[in-house]
Amino acid sequence: MSNLYLIRYGEIALKGENRSMFEDILKSNIKKSLKTENEDVTIYKTPGRIFLKTKIDQDIVINRLQKIPGLVSFSPVEEVALDYDEIKNVVLKSAQKALKNKDYINFRITARRSNKSFEYDSMELQYNLGEYVIENIDESKREVDLHNPNLDINVEIRKNSAYVYSEVYKGMGGLPVGVTGKVGLMLSGGIDSPVAGYMGLKRGAKLIPVYFHSFPFTSDRTKEKVKELTQVLAKYQNNIDLHIVDFTDILTEMNEKCPNDLITIIMRRLMIKITELIIEQKNGKAIITGESIGQVASQTLEALKVTNEVPQLPILRPLLGLNKVQIIDLAKKIGTYDISIQPYDDCCTVFVPDSPETRPTIEQVRKGEVDLNIDDKIKEAVENVEVIHIEGY
Amino acid sequence: MDEIYLDNAATTKPISEVVKKMEKVLKVHYANPSSLHKLGINAEKLVKEARLQISNELKTEKEEIIFTGSGTIANNIGIKGAAYRLKKFGNHIITTEIEHKSVLEIFKHLEKNGFEVDYIPVNKKGIINLDILQEKLNENTILVSTMAVNNEIGSIQPIKKISELVNKYDNLYFHVDGVQALGKINLNIKELGIDLYTISAHKVHGPKGVGALYINKDIFIDKILHGSGQEKGFYPGTENTPGIAGFGEAIKHLPNIENIKKMKKLKYFLSQKIRDEIHNVIINTPSEEKSAPHILNVSFANIKGEVLVHSLESENIYISTGSACTSRKDKTSHIINALGLPDNYREGTVRFSLSQFNTKKEMEVTIKTLKQQVERLRKIMGGNR
Repeated sequence: MSNLYLIRYGEIALKGENRSMFEDILKSNIKKSLKTENEDVTIYKTPGRIFLKTKIDQDIVINRLQKIPGLVSFSPVEEVALDYDEIKNVVLKSAQKALKNKDYINFRITARRSNKSFEYDSMELQYNLGEYVIENIDESKREVDLHNPNLDINVEIRKNSAYVYSEVYKGMGGLPVGVTGKVGLMLSGGIDSPVAGYMGLKRGAKLIPVYFHSFPFTSDRTKEKVKELTQVLAKYQNNIDLHIVDFTDILTEMNEKCPNDLITIIMRRLMIKITELIIEQKNGKAIITGESIGQVASQTLEALKVTNEVPQLPILRPLLGLNKVQIIDLAKKIGTYDISIQPYDDCCTVFVPDSPETRPTIEQVRKGEVDLNIDDKIKEAVENVEVIHIEGY
Repeated sequence: MDEIYLDNAATTKPISEVVKKMEKVLKVHYANPSSLHKLGINAEKLVKEARLQISNELKTEKEEIIFTGSGTIANNIGIKGAAYRLKKFGNHIITTEIEHKSVLEIFKHLEKNGFEVDYIPVNKKGIINLDILQEKLNENTILVSTMAVNNEIGSIQPIKKISELVNKYDNLYFHVDGVQALGKINLNIKELGIDLYTISAHKVHGPKGVGALYINKDIFIDKILHGSGQEKGFYPGTENTPGIAGFGEAIKHLPNIENIKKMKKLKYFLSQKIRDEIHNVIINTPSEEKSAPHILNVSFANIKGEVLVHSLESENIYISTGSACTSRKDKTSHIINALGLPDNYREGTVRFSLSQFNTKKEMEVTIKTLKQQVERLRKIMGGNR
């Protein structure tokens, strides 16, 4: 049997002329998220709503829909003919169904009528349907509660049908992935960068993650870990092309030629440069990083200034306003935390200067890079970048 | 070039005789050894045969061997079973600071449950201090547990001397973890008065997932697992017949005296060459007669062990870090701490562990590559400082 879902999207509705494009992208994202189940999925728009009809198991649908940016909330809903007797039966059934999980319902009926030709108006519907439920359920099990209900049965009377639902699932909100464009994500194995990527996804950005691998200084297990992290993020974007840069030669050269106290900041600059070169080819429009102000030496305001100077593209730092505890909470919610905390070294922990410069100036860093002659190596790294296509499901 | 596998203390590659035997058991003798029919009897025969092979090797009676799912499980069955059985006589246990986790964690658990545990320290050669052991032993001591060969640096513990001290006491069981010793050093379990002895198949070119515990027939230990009574009830559950048969087969092919001699020679060659060709190294493994023939532990100054492992891996040479890889001291093992290494050596500790199948050619390639990689890494990690 097919189930019907009513899907609400908030922010898109505000977007004026682009609205229909946004809705189409959201529809397509929903469809893609369910394609692994090999079942028919029908999606159609009505003003301000999207409907999804499918035979796919309800738990799977709920789980997938909750990971689609741009979707504010949704409800499994029953479509009923515009006939009062049918509507009241369905309403009663949902009250009875709720009693399977609850001993007692304090309920209310919320009715809306956009189809003014229906025989009752919304007030009458609420009154009549409420009374019908009271009459047909044992007194010891029900009570009307307009202010604090544990069951809110919604009835919407629309042009061709009525819709009845009582469960509302929260979605992620934000904008559908793809509406704002493609952005690079500097993805390490740590806790922060996947969270930064998630924030970008919520704002409709399509992620192109770039990871810098420096075997033997970084274990191949770190690479596996980054793949796992990407797979979690891919659930929100459907699929992701992870870009892996072989960074060993550049890192070695840099370590040899640059002043020790500037290694971290110069490494950061090189990574940003390479990321920009990679994502520009894919029409990327910005770079997301997991930085926040002043967490470590490379993230002082002075250091951020020195790294900002490198790319033409804007660097977006969605974690700027969060503290570590908040970031960890988000990472747990997204499902990346347990992967991030696996204890494999990344190169940042191997190449740690004895006493890193925390207040670098642009002049100082440029001077530190003078001996560095690695344009060819950078070109090579960009040309040879390994692309791994990762599906969310 | 073929891979050079020098991580045999972690696990070994099963020899083809073992694989063949297991394949046959899986395909033909798949019946449950407890079944009454002929197929069951044939499967049971295989288990009996393996038990006999192991008891012959250990010079015990075959009834004294039970098969388990791993060395870790054998340690659990033996140690907990002994502690619970003897607790009416006392609550004091003695072990060493350098035991494998599968022993140390059991004692941590027992400490939480009313037992008192003393951990005997080791000297710089990784050998336990017998004076302290003697001091700690008392009428209240019910269990002494020690490994025969340390898995990280290969030091051989003085089991005979320990046994002399221990055997003065009644109501005291002596457990020895022989996982790294099996097939590598000679230990006469019966003569040494060992009551419980742990071994594992996958360290001797047998399969993973099978261990065995020797339980002296004159002692009683409690059962910590409960079920349908297989393995005298100590490790109940349908027998892992392919694994057990594979273990038996591996026991048949343990290194002989010639093989052991060869391993010792290779290890000596490797250690001499490392000392000669690479500067700033410390060999942590004690001298030949005090260490097992297969383990060589070395610290390189100004190197991260983990990075060296990966560097050699990219040249198809497989070794392991000598300690949990980390810069945090609390995660370094007791034994590496006990060696008293200078700070710049501690993180650069790695372990080479050989098998009877390694060759001199492999050692030569290893040394050449090792030298290159150590020099390269020192240059990189040293940076422009």
